[in-house]
Amino acid sequence: MPSLENIANNIHQWLNNNFGAPWPMLIEFAIVGLCIIGLFAMLGLVLIMMERKVSAWMQLRLGPNRVGPVGMFQTAADTLKLIVKEGMTPAGADKFLFNLAPFIVMIIAMVIMAPLMFAKGLQMWDVNIGVLFFTAISSVSVIGILMAGWASNNKYSLLGAMRSGAQIVSYELSAGFAILAIVILTGDLKISTIVNSQADGWWIFKGHLPIWIAFVIFMIAVTAETNRAPFDLAEAESELTAGFHTEYSGMKFALFFLAEYVNIFVVCALGATLFLGGWQPLHFGTDTQFNQWMDYIPSSLWFMGKTFFLIFVIMWFRWTFPRLRIDQLLNLEWKYLLPISMINLLLVTLMAIMGWHF
Amino acid sequence: MGASSLIVLMLSAIAFSGIAILISKFVLKATKNKQKGEPYECGVPTKGPSWIQFNVGYYLFALIFLIFDVELIFLYPWAAVVKTVGWIALIEIVIFFFILFLGFLYAHKKGALKWQ
Repeated sequence: MPSLENIANNIHQWLNNNFGAPWPMLIEFAIVGLCIIGLFAMLGLVLIMMERKVSAWMQLRLGPNRVGPVGMFQTAADTLKLIVKEGMTPAGADKFLFNLAPFIVMIIAMVIMAPLMFAKGLQMWDVNIGVLFFTAISSVSVIGILMAGWASNNKYSLLGAMRSGAQIVSYELSAGFAILAIVILTGDLKISTIVNSQADGWWIFKGHLPIWIAFVIFMIAVTAETNRAPFDLAEAESELTAGFHTEYSGMKFALFFLAEYVNIFVVCALGATLFLGGWQPLHFGTDTQFNQWMDYIPSSLWFMGKTFFLIFVIMWFRWTFPRLRIDQLLNLEWKYLLPISMINLLLVTLMAIMGWHF
Repeated sequence: MGASSLIVLMLSAIAFSGIAILISKFVLKATKNKQKGEPYECGVPTKGPSWIQFNVGYYLFALIFLIFDVELIFLYPWAAVVKTVGWIALIEIVIFFFILFLGFLYAHKKGALKWQ
């Protein structure tokens, strides 16, 4: 059966058979680079389209429906518009930092994809500290945001960046605790081991109540970390115009926008990997016929399906909850989520030691 | 692919963003005037500098975050071996959390967790 793993292996072998020493590696690098750039562009187009269609659906309107069939090419048209717009730098801005910030945000959004397991056997770097890599790299993105906000020399940008920074660093803690719950049960930080440990059932099914709590906390925390509504007070349109990227226009703004959506994809992919079994198909205990049917669906589709389901949930949040105030936001994290996730961690430890999970 | 994938990803990110910005630079026709460089503050003329001292509340939260984040790093190696170590791991983490909780209570009592 052709799978992405086989295709990758075949390409690897063919390159090694036909070329001398450094070339197979360099060509593979080029292929991976092009694939990831393609993935980025596709994600940008698809996610922005999905966001607009989901919003339209929730508000009982049509959404974009003019460019192409059912408005499919609306995002492409928007990109074209952004390309011909001028990427201005305000006169009072710190020019170097102002232009560096979009690059940093983009680099973080791309580098964080390295340990993601897109399908069975399709992973760029199976690093032994896997999930720690995610937490480490995702906290660097706050530097890019603060840099953008400060360098703009604009009061809205500064306020937005400060709020965003406080929010990201706060919610990182409870996201980290939720991830730790899975690490305790798996006993390893490697992404491939975590996915393989769910072959007989996803952690959300095997882990009982503590894992459900961890999952809910994880979803809340990553919604806040990606600055999505109801935690979007970093770019609350009605009070701060656009938050830290108020002064950005043209392609530089597009890069921030793209990185934001890719970050949503990455955190949802991480959630799907940790709690929903990554590329593992849905299996029910001994019902072999059902299990075989599920195995026919390719692993990449399982992974993407779970990820996009979580993305849909995050978009759903946006139209369900009103925006929080900064003090409410920090209270929610420090007085509720953090203590709850710490106690939950103790529960998970107890469960792991007693062997109460399946 | 191993660790070299990081370099590949970084380079492709820089290439992607750089090319996108360069293309837009070649395509557009930029005009210059004085008003254009002003910061955008909803049409109201800008008052005073933007690079000023900022609300100390954010700084307090950053400090507490630092404590908890370092603690989170300590927890990763612990979490990886919980199953093999067994009960000792639970007892140790309860003591660890207790000490941490005292610090948390202190911060709370001092009003560091209250938004000012």
